Amino acid sequence: MVEFGGWDMPVEYSGISDEHLVVRSRAGLFDVSHMGEIEIAGGDALGLVQWLTSNDASRLAVGQIQYSALTTPAGTFVDDVLVYRLGDDHYLLVVNAGSIEKDYAWIRQHAEKRGGDAAVVNTSTRYALVALQGPAAQAVLQTLTDIDLAGVKYYRFASGEVAGVRTTVSRTGYTGEDGFEVFAPPGQAERLWKALLDAGRGAGVQPCGLGARDTLRLEAAMRLCGSDMDESTTVLEAGLGWIVGWKKDGFLGAARLREQRERGVDRKLAPFEVKDRAIARRGHGVMLDGRPVGVVTSGTQTPFLKKAIGFARVPAGMAVLGQALMIDVRGRLVTAEVVPEPFYKRPGRTQA
Amino acid sequence: MTSYPEDFKYTKDHEWIRFDGGEATVGITDFAQRQLGDIVFLELPEVGRRLAQGDVFGQIESVKAVSELFAPVSGEVLATNAALVSHPEAINKTPHESWILKLRPTAAREAAALLDAAGYAALVK
Repeated sequence: MVEFGGWDMPVEYSGISDEHLVVRSRAGLFDVSHMGEIEIAGGDALGLVQWLTSNDASRLAVGQIQYSALTTPAGTFVDDVLVYRLGDDHYLLVVNAGSIEKDYAWIRQHAEKRGGDAAVVNTSTRYALVALQGPAAQAVLQTLTDIDLAGVKYYRFASGEVAGVRTTVSRTGYTGEDGFEVFAPPGQAERLWKALLDAGRGAGVQPCGLGARDTLRLEAAMRLCGSDMDESTTVLEAGLGWIVGWKKDGFLGAARLREQRERGVDRKLAPFEVKDRAIARRGHGVMLDGRPVGVVTSGTQTPFLKKAIGFARVPAGMAVLGQALMIDVRGRLVTAEVVPEPFYKRPGRTQA
Repeated sequence: MTSYPEDFKYTKDHEWIRFDGGEATVGITDFAQRQLGDIVFLELPEVGRRLAQGDVFGQIESVKAVSELFAPVSGEVLATNAALVSHPEAINKTPHESWILKLRPTAAREAAALLDAAGYAALVK
């Protein structure tokens, strides 16, 4: 067990590789209750969400979700978030565990400044969250619920009972695999967890820890806020231009991002694959002529692709396909190459 | 419950050593492989290198972390296990059969300070 954002969490159960492969081939069950929830409701809820996040939340129908950034005036990350539209004037933001207090204070402060009709509530302790991820996820979950899961498309959610527990089920995840995240009252989380493991036994569902969560998300080229980007990284530098609602009226940081879009970014997150036998890990320097010019922000050996991959923050001129990167791995220079993302794309997946 | 072979000696750095005539064979323990998790890389020294007890002679890397390998006793490197470098995951399956390095010990008295199986089992209990 490790301490993570005030939670005791298992890094692994049967082993990172084993759990990783289970998610790619069958399904894995993760306890991600550490994630935070902040709800915004009222006549100005959409206005506030639009002002504080980069993506265009006006495009969300009730029951729909989008990936977005909570931005600073400099277009950098306070956090990355999922925005759920729960009702006409009711939004839920799923935020990173380590940033709950920061995000909440940030949103509250801006809500007060706007003075509009928007209540902001940190509801993190009201939800436990478990993620069932993998090709078998839908079949397993369907045995426990009346919700028509086939009708819950990617980045959509529905409410209903799972194993007799009142839940919200969303087709989201952090693994690059099909799957669901299930929000439930904390008092019934254990019951839900056991029911999912029992229902999944025949399909080979196994519990998975933080270790596999990290290797899976990286293989799918999903960023980790706090590692791959932070308050000094803009949304464009993180390679996430697709979560910027360029057509919406304006938001915190919009001017800076527009300027960067015009002028280009100076540095960028580059997905890489190590060509030598080595793992480039977070903090390792990207070297040019003996000087560090960039840094690895995430890096691991991925159990499915069996390659050492990662993200590095490098000068924009080096963030081009095929570019060789020399990475200082504990004093040894190893060669990596900038490759397309995602590193792993699940079979038959058409949606980005 | 892991059993630690009685004919091995052990270090507090979680390596095992088997003395056989003028040779010492070195690997890592079952406890060590479980702590490391899935092992993916192994970096080993050149044959002929002279090591003092406690010297770093290589690195072992898992998905999770990198660890250094320490010479359990002083000696000259006689051989390294090339097959294991190609398939380091074997260490996870059979840690006490997966030898990493063979040494010719140069300081016999050092062996006396190593742990026996019972002592090591108590250490990792």
